Amino acid sequence: MALLETVEVDTELRPAIAGRNPWALAARRLRRNRIALAALGLFVLIVILCVAAPLYANDVAHVNPLVPNLNGHTIVNGKVVPVMQQGGGVLHLGETPIGPTGDLSHYFLGADSVGRDVAALLLYGGRSSLIIGVGSAVICSVVATVIALIAGFFGGIVDALLSRLMDVIWAFPLYLLAISISTELLTHSSGFQVGPVHISASSLWLPTTIIAFVFVPYVYRPVRGQVLSVVNKEFVEAAIAQGAGNLRLIFSEILPNVVSTVIVLMPLMIALTILTESALSFLSIGVQPPNVSWGTIIQDGTDLIYNRPWVSLAPGIMIVFTVLSLNVLGDGVRDALDPRAKLRVEG
Amino acid sequence: MLTFIIRRSLWTVLVLFVITVLVFIIFFKTPGVDPARAIAGRNSSPAILAEIRAQFGLNKPLPVQYALMMKKIFISRDLVSYSNQGVRVVPEIAAATPATLSLVFGAAVLWVVMAIGIGVAAALLRGTILDPLLMILALIGVSAPVFWLGQVANMITQGGLHGTFLFSWVPPLGYTPLTQDPLLWFRGLVIPWITLSIAYAGLYGRVLRANLIETQNEDFVRTAHAKGLTDGRVLRRHTLRTSMITFASLFGLDFGALVAGSALLTEVVFGIHGVGYLTYQAFTNLDLPTIMATVVYGAFFIVLANAIVDIVYAWLDPRIRPE
Repeated sequence: MALLETVEVDTELRPAIAGRNPWALAARRLRRNRIALAALGLFVLIVILCVAAPLYANDVAHVNPLVPNLNGHTIVNGKVVPVMQQGGGVLHLGETPIGPTGDLSHYFLGADSVGRDVAALLLYGGRSSLIIGVGSAVICSVVATVIALIAGFFGGIVDALLSRLMDVIWAFPLYLLAISISTELLTHSSGFQVGPVHISASSLWLPTTIIAFVFVPYVYRPVRGQVLSVVNKEFVEAAIAQGAGNLRLIFSEILPNVVSTVIVLMPLMIALTILTESALSFLSIGVQPPNVSWGTIIQDGTDLIYNRPWVSLAPGIMIVFTVLSLNVLGDGVRDALDPRAKLRVEG
Repeated sequence: MLTFIIRRSLWTVLVLFVITVLVFIIFFKTPGVDPARAIAGRNSSPAILAEIRAQFGLNKPLPVQYALMMKKIFISRDLVSYSNQGVRVVPEIAAATPATLSLVFGAAVLWVVMAIGIGVAAALLRGTILDPLLMILALIGVSAPVFWLGQVANMITQGGLHGTFLFSWVPPLGYTPLTQDPLLWFRGLVIPWITLSIAYAGLYGRVLRANLIETQNEDFVRTAHAKGLTDGRVLRRHTLRTSMITFASLFGLDFGALVAGSALLTEVVFGIHGVGYLTYQAFTNLDLPTIMATVVYGAFFIVLANAIVDIVYAWLDPRIRPE
C-alpha cells in the first residue's frame, strides 16, 4: 500500500513525457526567444498602425491624405497658416510644403509636394506596402511549393524541365526582371490581360503578381530539396502500400513535411518583397496613383530632400523597422522550427 | 573536370538564349503592346505606323526579327537605338561600363573588408554583448533600402552639411571618368561606394560569422590548436580559410549581378550613368534594341559569374568536385 502511494506521488511530481506536437514545441521555443518576440511585437504594431490609417486621418488629423491639398490651411501654434508656403526654397521662389509641426492633429510630419499630410499618407502607404509584401510572399510561396511538390514527387523529366525553368528565371537579375515586366505592363500598356482576367495598371494586384513571380525560384529551390529528402522515406512507401493515390501522397504525406521549410522562409520572403516593392515604387513602376506606398512617398520626397527631408526620411524609417523586425522574427522562427540550423544565417 | 567545364559552358549558352528569347517576347508579344506605337507616339496615323513597321523591320515574322537583332548585337555590332535616332547601342553600353565597374568594384572592396571585420569580430566576441549588437547593426544595414540610404547620404553630403568642412570635398552628383580626373573620380564615388556596400557588408558579415562559428568546432581546428599554433595563425590559416568558401561563392554571384545592372538603384540616386541607368532608361522608353543589348550584356555577366563560381567552388572544396 505504501509502495503504491509513493509511485502515485512520483507520477504526480514527474508527469510522463507526453508525445508533443512538433508545432507546439516550436511555438514554445519561439515564446522563449525574447528578441524574436519583440520583433513580432514591433511588426504587429506597425500592421495595427497601418490598418488604423483611416481612423487617424478622419478622427485625429481630419484630412483626406489621398487628394492634393494645394490651397488648404492648417493651424500651427494657434495660428492659421497655408499648407503650401510661398518661397522658402533655396531661391525663395515657388511653394514649399509646410514642415513637421510636431502636432499630431495638424500635419505632424508636414506636407508632401502637393500638400498631403505626410503622417496620414505614411499609414496609408504602409497599407499598400504591407498588402503587397505579404500578398506576394504568400502567393509566391504557394505557387513555388506546388511546383516543387510536383517536381520532387514525379522526378525524372518533369523535375528536370521545371528545375531548368527555375534556373533560367534565377539567372535573370532579380531587379531587372521585375523592372522589365513592370515597365512593360505599366507604361506601355495599361495593365495586363490574360483571357477573362484583367488587372488594371492602378491595381495593387499588378505589383503583387510581378513580385510574387520573380521570387518563385527562391522558394522553389529549398522546398524541392526538402521534397526530395522525404519522397523516398518509409512513411511514403507505407502510404503507397495502403493504396494512396498521387494526390494523397503529395498533399497528406509529403506536404506536411515540407511546410516548416516554407514557414521558415516566410518572414524573410516578406522582408524581401517589401524591399522590392519599395524599389519598384521608387522607380515609379510599382504602386500607381491614386494609391500610395512607402516607396512612392520616398520618390515624392526626392525633390524636397534638402528642404523637407521628413517626407523621404519617415517612410524609409518605416521600411527599415518593418524589414528589420521581419528579419529578426525570421531568425527566431528558423531557430524554433529547426534547432539544428541554429548557426545558419541564410535559408 | 573538363567535361564539367564543357557542360557548364553549354548550359551557359542555352540560358543566354532562353533569357534573350524571354525578354524579346515580353517586349514584343505582351498583349496590347505595340513597339511601333512606342516609337511613333501615341496618336500616330496608321500610315505612319505602317511606315515605321517597315523601316524597323517590325512587320517581319518574330523569329526573323529576333535573329536580325542578335546578328546586329553580336556580329555586325551596328544595332541602332529606337529612341535616340542614330545612336549605336553596343558602343553606348561599352561607354557606360566603366562607370558601373568603378562603382561596383570599389563597393565590393569595401564590403569584403567590412564583412570580414564584422564577421571575425562577432565570432571572436561571442558570448559578450558586442556580438548580438554587431549582428543587429548588420541586420539594420541589410534592412535599409539602398535607394533610400542614397537619398539620406545625399541629404547629408549635398545639403546642410555640404558647406561645412565635413563634406565640402564631396563633388556634385554625377560620374567623372577615372582617365579624366582620378581625384574627382575618387571623391565622387566615395559616398556611392559606402551606400552600395552597406547591405552587402551586413549580409556577408552575418554569413561569415555563422560559418566561422561552425568551423571553430571542427576537428581540424582542434588539431591545429593542439599542435600549438597561435590563435591568430589558426584563425587565418584554418578557420577563416574554410569559412571563406561560402563567402566566395556568394560574392561571385552578387558581383556579377551588380555589374550586370543590379546597381541601377544606386546609379539612379547618384546620377551615375552606368549600365543599370542605361537599362532603366531603355525600359522606360521602350527602346527595344537597347533593352535587348543591355539584357544580353547583363545576362552574360550573371551567367559568367555563375559558371566561374561553380568552377572556383569545385576547386576550393574538393568534396564537391564532380567525378
